[in-house]
Amino acid sequence: MSRADAGDAAAVHRPLWTLGLLRSELLTTLRRRRTLVLLGVLAAVPVLVGVAVKIQTRRGGSSGGGAGPAFLGEVTGNGLFLVFTALAATLPFFLPMAVGVVAGDALAGEAGAGTLRYLLVAPAGRTRLLLVKYATVAVFCLLSTLVVAASALLTGALLFPLGDLMTISGTGISFADGLLRALLIALVVAASLLGVASLGLFVSTLTDSGIAAMATTVGLVVTAQILDQFPQLDAVRPYLFSHYWMSFADLMRDPVYWHDLTRDLGLQALYAGVFGSAAWARFTTKDITA
Amino acid sequence: MDAVRPGAADDVIATCGLTKRYRGGQLAVDGLDLTVPAGSVFGFLGPNGSGKTTTIRMLMGLIEPTSGTARVLGRPMPRAARTVLPQVGALIEGPALYGHLCGRDNLLRYDAADPTADPRTRRARVAGALDRVGLAAAADKRARAYSLGMKQRLGLAAALLRPRRLLVLDEPTNGLDPQGMREIRTLIRELAADGTTVFLSSHLLDEIEQVCTHAAVMARGRLLAQGAMTELAAGARDRLVVSTPDPADAARVLKEQGVADVTTDGGQVTGEPPAKDLAEVNAALVAAGVRVRGFTLRRASLEDAFMALTGEGSDVAG
Ligand SMILES: Nc1ncnc2c1ncn2[C@@H]1O[C@H](COP(=O)(O)OP(=O)(O)O)[C@@H](O)[C@H]1O
Ligand SMILES: [Mg+2]
Repeated sequence: MSRADAGDAAAVHRPLWTLGLLRSELLTTLRRRRTLVLLGVLAAVPVLVGVAVKIQTRRGGSSGGGAGPAFLGEVTGNGLFLVFTALAATLPFFLPMAVGVVAGDALAGEAGAGTLRYLLVAPAGRTRLLLVKYATVAVFCLLSTLVVAASALLTGALLFPLGDLMTISGTGISFADGLLRALLIALVVAASLLGVASLGLFVSTLTDSGIAAMATTVGLVVTAQILDQFPQLDAVRPYLFSHYWMSFADLMRDPVYWHDLTRDLGLQALYAGVFGSAAWARFTTKDITA
Repeated sequence: MDAVRPGAADDVIATCGLTKRYRGGQLAVDGLDLTVPAGSVFGFLGPNGSGKTTTIRMLMGLIEPTSGTARVLGRPMPRAARTVLPQVGALIEGPALYGHLCGRDNLLRYDAADPTADPRTRRARVAGALDRVGLAAAADKRARAYSLGMKQRLGLAAALLRPRRLLVLDEPTNGLDPQGMREIRTLIRELAADGTTVFLSSHLLDEIEQVCTHAAVMARGRLLAQGAMTELAAGARDRLVVSTPDPADAARVLKEQGVADVTTDGGQVTGEPPAKDLAEVNAALVAAGVRVRGFTLRRASLEDAFMALTGEGSDVAG
């Protein structure tokens, strides 16, 4: 029942056209005020954390002391740790919420505004449009993570000293090595968001209301985070998309501890596969009446 | 009043038993056999809720027919959407725009969604389309700030981004002032003169009468008639019109004389003339003491045809 995609003759389709559509999609998404506000909030979090830590150390208190996000205690000694702290602080809620909003809105928002029917009669093709939407949300995962990381790096460099650092395992690594690991961690965090992205995109195929899809997806993020708190749900917890999120910290071990990291990435791939297929099955057969 | 040329190879739209029942159970289109000849300006006329938009959604591959088939530009829809739709410009149920983008960027986006559109000529074609609908001056304004008429024009511009073989316009003058309506009609005539087939849906009879060469009439999801405008008007019967200060008596006598569908409107009684000599009908009126001011046979207009087809005419004769 694949509908709009079974072109039965080779018209003059331009091979690079999909890239043009992706570019248009990215520009359209990034020029929405909602997207810019989300990125702005994400950029502000590391600044707030950095400033708070700075003020507290001025007062002579030892920062952190066990409470707060991972690596918080190390920030005063080395600004680079602010990158890890900021990602640890935003990954549980801010980042997936931003991704949930963008993913939930991706198709439902266009359906609600009516622009979806014009994209489809252009004709963008349902499978292609879904792939382009998927790619755009994935780019947003990376972009939002990089915004947090870059803002943290900048704030850390301005407020704290930079230099060689110590891994969780207690071995010393050079600043360059630390920077590389920070980049790697940002990539892993971005990849960790792909499960939410897939879920959000699937929800987005179910309704013609962008708001409903956004709210549902964000609600699912919160629900998963809450369920993950209950030891009684041990049978289910390893399948929650957020269960292994904090494994990114294992990249700061020496040697790197891969077990949970691979679990995390595998789980994201599973979500992408399952909900990506569901989104495709739904979107390619759906009546577009909005 | 059958299809104009049933099964002709150059029919731009041809449907066979096209039916749509929505998930709620609503039978919106019921066994539609529609034939739109190439080069026509085809009016798709019907009151609100008669299934016009639903038909157009099926023709454009947006919804799956419950049963029946549709061919557009000779190819089956929705299967051949990728080859057919680049040659079709469409305005469906009003314009839809990205409010946060300016008019020009809206068109750039819609053009980017067309796999066969040449990106090298994109800017020029967008500028041309904006010019054609008179929006060049507002091209850099956010679409959110457009008036309804401007949005409608921008929607039309999107349909005109490339030369099209078929334009599908669903109630294109909705929300426009009389000046805007005139401009749209002029545009439609220009496009038709260039050889584009125009499929124009409307619930307004006079709109269809003014620009269309062919028409189809819908009511409650069913096709009541289709054909060339001249044929459609010819299909309606002439009406006998009697002007009299005694309408009640006149109506009674006319019925006795075999006049069908007698209606009284103030001092005018009208009805379908019987098969006999009308002089006898007139004589009977006079013999019954009905004072007759006027006794005429009014030529059928398309409006009569339309009224006859849709029943009461309800809200449709605009
Ligand atoms: N998405 C939908 N779901 C259920 N019923 C619908 C939907 N869209 C239209 N209808 C119903 O189908 C009928 C035909 O509607 P429509 O095709 O929009 O008519 P028109 O365009 O001639 O005004 C109406 O009774 C309408 O209520
Ligand atoms: Mg309609």
